[in-house]
Amino acid sequence: MGDFLSLFRDELPSVGSGLWVTVQATVLGALLAVAVAFGCGLAAGSRLRVVRWTSRGVVEFFRGTSLYIQLFWLYYAFPLLTGYQFDPLACGVLAFGLNYGAYGSEVVRGALAAVPTPQREAAVALSFTPLQRLYRVLLPQAWPQMIPPFTNLLIQLLKSTPLLWLISVADLTTVIQTLRDRTGETVPAYLTLLALYFVLAWALTAGMRWLERRAAGRLGRTVAPKAGTPVVMSGGRP
Amino acid sequence: MNYHWDWDAVREALPLLLEGFETTLLATVLGTLVAAVLGLALAVGGRAPTRWVTLPLAGLVTFVRSTPLLVQLAGAYAVFTTLDPLTIGVAVLGVHYSAYLAEVYRAGIDAVPRGQWEAARALSLTPGLTWRDVILPQAVRTVLPALGNYAISMFKETPFLAVITVAEMVAQAREYGADHFAYPEAFTLAGLVFLLASYPTSLALRKLEQRLGH
Repeated sequence: MGDFLSLFRDELPSVGSGLWVTVQATVLGALLAVAVAFGCGLAAGSRLRVVRWTSRGVVEFFRGTSLYIQLFWLYYAFPLLTGYQFDPLACGVLAFGLNYGAYGSEVVRGALAAVPTPQREAAVALSFTPLQRLYRVLLPQAWPQMIPPFTNLLIQLLKSTPLLWLISVADLTTVIQTLRDRTGETVPAYLTLLALYFVLAWALTAGMRWLERRAAGRLGRTVAPKAGTPVVMSGGRP
Repeated sequence: MNYHWDWDAVREALPLLLEGFETTLLATVLGTLVAAVLGLALAVGGRAPTRWVTLPLAGLVTFVRSTPLLVQLAGAYAVFTTLDPLTIGVAVLGVHYSAYLAEVYRAGIDAVPRGQWEAARALSLTPGLTWRDVILPQAVRTVLPALGNYAISMFKETPFLAVITVAEMVAQAREYGADHFAYPEAFTLAGLVFLLASYPTSLALRKLEQRLGH
């Protein structure tokens, strides 16, 4: 136990840089995922059949083929096929963004569809252009509803980042694994790793919760005190 | 594109991948069973009348849900050195997903009308009988589609088992790719098998969900 902890203290800078890689992969992956989600989610509501079907195809492809395979395909197969090699971290960000973006597009689609129809009609009656309708009426109302499912996806994305260990990116998992191999102390190493991810996930949840309250506040709604927390188990008899 | 796509490699890798696919399916089915049973236990335990039971359970669920599956797998593999890797894989997958399913069951249990609890009490059924004969049969029916969805996500996460040396499909693809330097063929094929297996299942589930009126 002591060996691992003292090595952990000595190696704090490398743990910090591993943590930074994990945070980077999560944030950049999430940004790309949001872009893909809005792209495909909005395209799913297009009047043109070609656009709708293309977005459907992209979404089903990236949801159906397993993140793990996509990541490995980008890392091993893509350079062989095209002769162009991504930076490994970029491979990770790309795979996370495309995969979680595909899941997120359903969130965007669902939230937009849930905006009451009269709102759409009112916007048409005021002769807003389709773009204005989206920016001024539909998105502001749909956005607060998207945040809780986006939070879930974000946590899942964070939990996928240890995959980077497998494509030799020095993320948090890789660094702690190295410390574990050097000391041979398995249990404290993995407990530390789990605790660090737990703290990261908790920080993300808290941040998203703040965003949700702010978005709802702008619409003059309040967020129920308990909704959106990771787990609510009701005690006592119903 | 200067890579020479090798169809022979595709023909050669396919039987290997399908062999690995059996392990993938086995892990998914067993993992789902463990998760379904354990998730139910967590959901029912979460309603225990004392905080001494509910608080540790809630803590456990939160912790399992917010830490990565890969780290849980690698940790369990490193700690339980005497167990068979597939057993560890199934157990970890099961525990991981049971934390999610507990919430699904909870929603299903909440959806059972209050009157049903009151009727059970009026008939002076014991708590055990109330759960077994009144509440659960009604709750479980509504959670079936969600259970299916989690089974599909678990299916797509079985490649993680390669990390703890379980020879599922992606492990086979990686090995074949490395041996024959045919990564594009092996991984493309593995991806296609996944797509062909998971897409029809999601379609069928969506149909089932519609039929159950969600």
